[in-house]
Amino acid sequence: MKRYIDFYLTSMKMAVIEQWQYPIANYFYMIGMIAEPVIYMVVWSAVATQQGGMVGGYTPGAFAAYYIVWTLVRSMNVVFTPYGWEWRIRQGQLSMSLMRPIHPLHNDVAFFAGWKVVVIILWIPLALALTLFFKPDLHPTLLNGIVFFFAIWFAYLIRTMTLSLLGMVTFWTTRVSALFELYFAAELVLSGRLVPLSLMPEWVQRLAWFFPFRWAFGYPIEALIGNMSVNDLFIGLGMQLAWIIFGAVAVSLVWKVAIRRFSAVGG
Amino acid sequence: MPSVISISKLAKHYQVPEREAGLKAAAKGLFKRTYKTVKAVDGISFDIQPGEVVGFLGPNGAGKTTTLKMLSGLLHPTSGELSVLSYEPAKRNHDYLRQITLVMGNRNQLSWDLPALDSFDLQRAIYGIPTEEFKRTRDEFIELLDLKELVQKPVRNLSLGERMKMEIVGALLHKPKILFLDEPTLGLDVTMQKRIRSFIAEYNKRYGATVLLTSHYMADVEALCKRVIVIHHGQLLFDGDLTALVQKFSAFKTVAFDIDNPNQDFSQYGDVVSIDGLHVTLRVAKEKTSAVTTRLLSDLAVDDLTVEATPIEDVIESVFSVKKEAME
Repeated sequence: MKRYIDFYLTSMKMAVIEQWQYPIANYFYMIGMIAEPVIYMVVWSAVATQQGGMVGGYTPGAFAAYYIVWTLVRSMNVVFTPYGWEWRIRQGQLSMSLMRPIHPLHNDVAFFAGWKVVVIILWIPLALALTLFFKPDLHPTLLNGIVFFFAIWFAYLIRTMTLSLLGMVTFWTTRVSALFELYFAAELVLSGRLVPLSLMPEWVQRLAWFFPFRWAFGYPIEALIGNMSVNDLFIGLGMQLAWIIFGAVAVSLVWKVAIRRFSAVGG
Repeated sequence: MPSVISISKLAKHYQVPEREAGLKAAAKGLFKRTYKTVKAVDGISFDIQPGEVVGFLGPNGAGKTTTLKMLSGLLHPTSGELSVLSYEPAKRNHDYLRQITLVMGNRNQLSWDLPALDSFDLQRAIYGIPTEEFKRTRDEFIELLDLKELVQKPVRNLSLGERMKMEIVGALLHKPKILFLDEPTLGLDVTMQKRIRSFIAEYNKRYGATVLLTSHYMADVEALCKRVIVIHHGQLLFDGDLTALVQKFSAFKTVAFDIDNPNQDFSQYGDVVSIDGLHVTLRVAKEKTSAVTTRLLSDLAVDDLTVEATPIEDVIESVFSVKKEAME
């Protein structure tokens, strides 16, 4: 256990140092990412204003709160993508990771966790600018804040597991990009990324409960903006933990079969 | 002494899809795929003792890298038995991985944007090396490879040779007992090749490590390996002393001399390899070398006559060109 803690801290430290070398690139990346929620925010705020100041319980200020928190959650749930898996398997980079006495997934989790530290620091001024401009209606309690803190890290782990599972398809198909596009479409609708899930039809909301997308995106946002009961907050954390455990078991099982198919192409 | 590497009838076969070129064949392939079995490694056997440095030779596509990948646990064998340090490599037991290393000349594990020192620290954490021991080993290797001025520069600013030296340090920090080296001097200049060779020899001497080395540079093999294993088309062609290999397959010697009048027929002495100005090079059957040099000295006014053994590259080439049946 001590060795894993040491590995995580060292790997995170390396990620921080590495990412600090490219603050401008990171900033442009984040600004590009923020364009998406700003469009949603402007459109939904306009709709709310036209509907007499509210849509499905959301005022323009509530939409602003939702989508500004969205930017942090989105930054936090950026993980090693299936494109990355495709690249490392096709280019032979996985071979070097496999030679280490540690599962490559630990490396992914640790490295991206370190990157998050840089992301959060860079996010703060962007969030302040968005707050000044869009005036969010956000009044979280201490409990909301604590649950949110855990929820965004759990969201990160859920997305790591699901996208790693998807990435591992590359062991069979060599290419996985098309499947990732499909995943992305499902995530857009069922996660709360496109629009708060409470604005979706009842059946979509029910469906979203049974997929990981909501727990990696919409739930952390809702946990902070204060629309959830204490009970629902903890049910959400429980669902996240269940998905993390399920994901870890699935990754472990698929990995055992997948690695036998590894042909170490490209080196 | 028990073997540290033991391979028996090891094979790795791949099913590779194949089709004709063109649109019609591509459309047909959607409905019916045909596969070809490629025997990358086809039933090889050998044992390696602790501390041996063995050259693993073969032309491109012979199966060298595939064998190294099976030995290091990256690939699962199709059949045969394989044991390294009493472990089954394909299980990739962490205790096993801590005792071996695989260096590939075309692959890197150091972070591109950071000084190598940071990547070395990550290796420490990955392998759980005690800090004091890590520092001692790191500094020892840095000194041996003369890297003191370079370890603080980002890896991206290093030359290929400097980077390769860093890769080797990173790969050996955990002091592995077995080194699988796949073209470790690939693309490096002669000086850098020598440096890396002497480092590997020193590591082998200090730590008694076993080394299995593939290289297209015969200077690597000559400098490091007493024993060589030659494979071709996935099959074992030769396993024994390098000198025995040269004896067995070097049927010719090179006779070179200077002469005032090179415009004459030298074919009665041997095969003319080249006539460059006043310098003539002949290839002579090994058993006729003495007679030919005596005749050259008595018949012609030759200067600076030298007799050299066939370069090891040519010997290896002749091994590859001879059919397997002819070797047995």
